Formats: sequence, C-alpha cells, structure tokens
Amino acid sequence: MAKVLMKGNEAIGEAAILAGCRYYFGYPITPQSELPAYLARRLPEVDGVFLQAESEVAAINMVYGAGSAGARVMTSSSSPGISLKQEGISYIAGAEVPCLIVNVMRGGPGLGNIAPAQSDYWQATRGGGHGDYRTIVLAPNSVQEMADMTIAGFEFADRFRNPVLLLSDGVLGQMMEPVNLPAPHDYDVNSKKWALGYKGNDKNERNVCSSIFIDQDELEEHNWHLYQKYQVVTDFFAKGEYKDFAVEEHLCDDAEIILVGYGIISRILKTVVEKCRKRGIKAGLVRPKVLWPFPNAVFERLAKTAKQFLVVEMSCGQMVEDVKLASECKKPVFFFGRTGGTVPSDFEILNEVDKLVRPD
Amino acid sequence: MKKVFSRPASLSKTPFHYCPGCDHGVIHRLVAEAIDELEVGDRTIGVAPVGCSVFAYDYFNFDFNQAAHGRAPAVATGIKRTRPDSIVFTYQGDGDLAAIGTAEIIHAANRGENITVIFVNNAIYGMTGGQMAPTSLIGMKTQTSPYGRDAATAGHPIHMSEIIATLESPVYVTRVTINNVANLLKTKKAILNAFKLQKEKKGFSFIEVVSICPTNWGKKPADAHKWLTENMLPVFPLGTFKDTHGVEKSA
Repeated sequence: MAKVLMKGNEAIGEAAILAGCRYYFGYPITPQSELPAYLARRLPEVDGVFLQAESEVAAINMVYGAGSAGARVMTSSSSPGISLKQEGISYIAGAEVPCLIVNVMRGGPGLGNIAPAQSDYWQATRGGGHGDYRTIVLAPNSVQEMADMTIAGFEFADRFRNPVLLLSDGVLGQMMEPVNLPAPHDYDVNSKKWALGYKGNDKNERNVCSSIFIDQDELEEHNWHLYQKYQVVTDFFAKGEYKDFAVEEHLCDDAEIILVGYGIISRILKTVVEKCRKRGIKAGLVRPKVLWPFPNAVFERLAKTAKQFLVVEMSCGQMVEDVKLASECKKPVFFFGRTGGTVPSDFEILNEVDKLVRPD
Repeated sequence: MKKVFSRPASLSKTPFHYCPGCDHGVIHRLVAEAIDELEVGDRTIGVAPVGCSVFAYDYFNFDFNQAAHGRAPAVATGIKRTRPDSIVFTYQGDGDLAAIGTAEIIHAANRGENITVIFVNNAIYGMTGGQMAPTSLIGMKTQTSPYGRDAATAGHPIHMSEIIATLESPVYVTRVTINNVANLLKTKKAILNAFKLQKEKKGFSFIEVVSICPTNWGKKPADAHKWLTENMLPVFPLGTFKDTHGVEKSA
C-alpha cells in the first residue's frame, strides 16, 4: 500500500479499523476531536458502531460492556476526559477486559488548556484509578507509530486481557505525516471463550464479567493473579521479540550524557543529540516506547557507561523518578522541562546539556 | 403427579442473600419466568448494578456483567451494540438509577437502546445501611435524613418513570408493584411485555417496581407492604406512562 498523508489522530482511527476494531465510544474534547470525527465517518462504512456518549464516564462504561461481550473496542479522549474515565478503567482492569484507550494529552491540572503536554505520565503509568492494577502504556512519536501502536495495542490488550493506553499528545494528534498502513486484520467478535454472549458454550456454562470479590481471600487471590499477569507483561517487554518494541536507543554506546524522553520530545532530543555530536559532546538518546512496563534494563546498563542522564519532558518532571529507579541512582539524573502547553526548543535543551557537560 | 410449580430454568440454585421479606427475590423470579417463557435464556445477558442486587449475576443462569454504580445502562449499551441479537437488561435500584446513574439512564432511554431496564424503587439505599434516596418520601426518616426528608434542602421524590416517558424513544414505560397477588401478576405481565418488545427489536422499555425495604424501613414485611400501599403509591402512582406499540392491549 502506498503511503498516505494523515493527521496523527486520523491515523489512529484508520489503524483501529485495520486492526478489526468496529466499536468506538467517546465524547468530544480538544485536541483529539479528529479521531471521533474520522471514525464517525468511517465506522458505518465497515458496519461498525460509532456512538457519541453523554459523558466520558458513560463512554468508558460502554467500552466495558462491548469489551466484555467480545468486541475489539476503543475510546479516546484528552487529559480531563481521561480523568473521568478512571473509574471505568479500574473496573475494566479488575474484570480483565481488553480495550484500547487513547489519551491525546493537553495541559493540566484542571481544565488547563488545549495545548500539547505530557503531564499525565503519573496517571497513565501508576494506574490512575483505584486498586492494585496496571495498564500497558504505549508512547508513539510519529504518525506512523500512532498507527502501528494502535494495532499492536489491540493485540497486547487481547493477549493479556488488559486495558492498553496509547499515550500521545496534542502535537502528535494534530500533525500530518506520511504513513504506511498495513493490510486489514479480520477479527471475529465470537473468538473469546470468556466473553458474554459467546456462542459455543455448553448449555450449563455461563460467562460473568465482574470486578467484585466480596470475600477478602478471593479478592486477595485475584489481586495476586493480576500481579502475576503484570510480571508476565513485564517480562514480555523486557525480553524476547518485543524487546526492541519497548525502547529505542540512539548513539548510547560511547555517550557520556544520555538524554531521555518519550513521544514528541524524543524527536527534538534526536536533533539535540546530533547537534551535540557536531560540537564534540558525546550525547546519546534513550526513548522509552512502552512507559509501563518501564524499560529498566537499558538504564541499568547505561548507568555503568554514561556519566549522567538528562530527562526532558513537557511536564514538571514525572518520568524522572522512573529513570532514577531504573538506573538505581548510580549516576546523577537531571531534568529539564516546559509545562502548561509549551514544547521546548532544541536550542533550550542544548543550553541545558551545555550547562551539564561544561559546568564552568 | 404433575409438577405445577418449580424454579424457573433461568434462576440459579444459589440461595438469595437478601434480607427476610425483601422484594428482590420475587422480582428476580419474575424476570427469570419472563426469560423462560420467551425461550431466550440462551441469549440473555444481564447487567448487575451496585446496591443490594449487586450479586444478581449469581442468581440467574445466563451471562452477566457487573457494572459500576449507576453505569449499567452504558454497559448494557456496549453489550447490546456488540451483540444485537442478545436480550440485554439492567437491574437497578433507586440510588443506582435515580442518583449516581441519572445521566446514563436518561441517555440510554433517549437513544432508544433496545434494552430492558428493571428499576426497583424502595425509596432508600439498602446495601449501605439505609440512607436517603432521590425517591425517599418527604418526611421519611433515614440514616442521612434523621429529621425526615426536608423538601427545602433535599428536594422532592424524583419520578423516574414520568421523566423517562417524556422522551420520544422509549416504547414502554410502566410503574408496577408486588404488594398483593393481583399487582404481582400485573408486574409479571409488564416484565414479559418489556422483554417481548425487546425480542421484537422495538426499543427501550422501563419497568419501575415500587418495592419495600423492611430492614431499613424498620418494619415487618407485611407492615412494610402496608406502608408502601398507604404512603408510596400516592406519591408513585401505578400505571403505564408510555406504550407506543400497544403491547398491553394486544397481550
């Protein structure tokens, strides 16, 4: 298939259809509105369901219903809307229902603004809602990856029976780039034996989707079961075929300063690394592509060879603690960020690098 | 000997956890009987609420989702859209449906989702220990209205059936009760009508069952039904508020 020029938000929509997703439930919010608009037009063409819900709360609960009935299903929103969805995400995680949730992040807290930001990192990677649970968090940095990670996200969700969060931002959602779309994937709504309405059960079998375990021993058992699953997910991204999917390294082998950033920031950091190299500064880049589980091993290794880390984010520094934990604080971890909707320039970041490598 | 009365096939053998004298067990049975009579047990999916009937999924022999507080109509929407040939219903109390879930019920009804809602209104939060509900009567003493519900600060009992009936999409909206045998039979008929309409893909149906809560009302079951008859029915009059397809006449 030839490359097509698309907005990031639209690429997610088309990729979802190619992944066999036929159900979208959402509520309007900037800067993700191109996604529901795209699917409102496209889903009816493929006999799918687009439903504009009365609220974010209702939308995520529709996702819970459709996912529990076996659908490949998604919702999308931006920061304040994702906060509203946390109740449903907690239930979905507890009941182990697969789904894809897209957050096109904007500035917060509160109503904040509609400019791009990365200040929902903690909410995304720590759980967000109540209870002992985790969501798999993917962080694309291009329109191509918006598409690829949407498709991968549905696969991971089904594989682990877990909600997957695609953590994007206002820049990635709005910008246009050429994208290669893969061939469509057939998905059978009747392929999950545990799903409600599954056809193929014996007469006496029935399926229940629930997150309630009123007996404390049963809930403890369930929570340890979830914990074990999260360990499997962690190993899945740390080892084997998805190792490269989880993290990108650029010029790190001889690097003295490692720049760390995800999403749109990682592209600016690549420019910074190249400019550093031209000026004789041995800089490298680590870009986590999966934010939970965090790619600890890379930092553990680089803490032995590099002299320092500089984490750059469009927040007040939410990923810093993960880098400190992963590198076991063996080398200093510094931070530079802009928040409230401003994207830092390569020039600003280069200045920070200069200050760190040439303190005098 | 001919067997004339037995447990409906759609009702599981799990003993009810409900308080003695509670109406839920009877209403569960009426739902199960309707599903059996329409022979749709193999394609029915229920959605349980948060409240006393949170464990409803244990009492029926078909698939179930257990939803968050008030969200059952949204969850049911997702299920029904995914499996349009299934028979999907929610079973909700007054706190769940008329307080925290007001948006979800109004909009599921307004979209005309082809689902059935069984709304059990006993004017109190049962599971949490008897707090004031949106349907609590004026002057009614509860844990959170110890001096009686005061309209000046807590408003008036909310009439969900009347509200739902103002919408264009719902096809069947009725309020029933099971305070005596005649009314119980009417309730059974109403539930059957609702599921029949859904089976025929006619649209959204809403059955409000005015009920008792002997435990939190502090009354014996018989006294509770007497109190319901004397106090609740004047505020929540029985009757059908909407019957677009004339199901009651044709039945």
